[in-house]
Amino acid sequence: MKLSSKDLLGIKELTKDEIILILDTASGFKDVLKRDIKKVPALRGKTAVNLFFEPSTRTRTSFELAEKRLSLDVLNLSVTTSSVVKGESLIDTALNVQALGADFMVIRHSSSGAPHLIAKHIDATVINGGDGINEHPTQALLDAFTIKERIGKLEGLKIAIVGDILHSRVAKSNIYLLAKFGAEVRLIGPPTLVPEELEGLGVRIFHDMDSGLDGVNAVMVLRIQMERQGKGFFPSTLEYSKNWGLTSERLSMADKDAIVMHPGPMNRGLEVASDVADGPKSVILEQVTNGLAVRMAVMYLLAGVRE
Amino acid sequence: MSKELLDKKDIDRILARMAHEILEKNKGTKELCLVGIQSGGVHLAKRLAGKIKEIEGKEIPVGSLDIAFYRDDLNIREKQPAVRRTEVPCEITDMKVVLVDDVLFTGRSIRAAMDALMDMGRPSCIQLAVLIDRGHRELPIKADFAGKNIPTATDEDVEVSLEEDGLEDKVTIK
Repeated sequence: MKLSSKDLLGIKELTKDEIILILDTASGFKDVLKRDIKKVPALRGKTAVNLFFEPSTRTRTSFELAEKRLSLDVLNLSVTTSSVVKGESLIDTALNVQALGADFMVIRHSSSGAPHLIAKHIDATVINGGDGINEHPTQALLDAFTIKERIGKLEGLKIAIVGDILHSRVAKSNIYLLAKFGAEVRLIGPPTLVPEELEGLGVRIFHDMDSGLDGVNAVMVLRIQMERQGKGFFPSTLEYSKNWGLTSERLSMADKDAIVMHPGPMNRGLEVASDVADGPKSVILEQVTNGLAVRMAVMYLLAGVRE
Repeated sequence: MSKELLDKKDIDRILARMAHEILEKNKGTKELCLVGIQSGGVHLAKRLAGKIKEIEGKEIPVGSLDIAFYRDDLNIREKQPAVRRTEVPCEITDMKVVLVDDVLFTGRSIRAAMDALMDMGRPSCIQLAVLIDRGHRELPIKADFAGKNIPTATDEDVEVSLEEDGLEDKVTIK
């Protein structure tokens, strides 16, 4: 089996079988990451360009290391140093990067749909590294990999996502993915950030944390985006934390084997208490490791589509 | 048109002979380890280890190796190889590793397998055992233990089917 598109733009565009293929391939790469020599020659001679129009440390670093472990040559372009500040258009930037010989472009952009636009204009493989409030597909894939590895399956699970769902591409991608596997997704947060309209995505909405967490198998805590503070979405971080911060008492509402996830970077003591983040149910650092394996799998499989 | 070249009995006799040859060349089972290439090679490696145990009374480690990440034809193959598990149960450094595969053809899989092994450690030597050598090498690679040499045309297909995959034990050419 092969992936059907040369690009990974979103979870929405993938079938369930394609997601299973990516997750299965990722476990092969996870084995590679446990060895002394954590590198394979699979994509030797090809070039990846990480085109980041929005600041990112963790996603970019993860992609960069995944690329290096596939033996790709890697170039990082961030907006502050590129000619975008001189007024170059998005498509021109992409065309220029392609002219340098890029086979892969990982794109992070604050506008939803930017990677889709670029993919239409270039032949290189485009991977969405997070676009606006639309999607962050590799994050959802690594989350799914982590849940599957810890719990053994995705089907039939109850998964809570807590926080600023409205502005979260991580949440969107996870919702799309989990729906394909028939998991029950619960969104928890204040009505301003978890509006009722989201029910259209086939999820259950809770504004009360305790009832939302009741019996869930996994809790995904999202970062409070500090830049949204003072814009009327929630009164104060303290207030938010009091109502929707994940503490060990609240976590006791969840299934006894529930796992705690966070895409990072986390605000300790705000959306998640330190003892929970560091506790036995936390898989937050495993998510980081799994992110490498999943990104390697995605690039490896996309390379097979290119002919 | 497909023609049966070997049946269950033939395969069993050949493997018994190869087990003896492996033991003879390596003077016993000391530091010996079998690594099968996914997927046919893995079954054969396990069978060889079984024969070796019958002969010497000693268990030797058997591993499996997936070479998908080391192939040189990722972009030209129509089908991307599925990634299967790599599991080598012992440190291969300073071990005598016998690579096991079902059919030796161009030699490219063996080249990839040797690269994969080298990334896992530094074996004292690598030997190659194959059930069928069908010729047409594209690399300077030769089997140390060959079950049967079968002259073929490049457009023919040699297929090894094994009970472990729910099939009948046989080798056919078509």
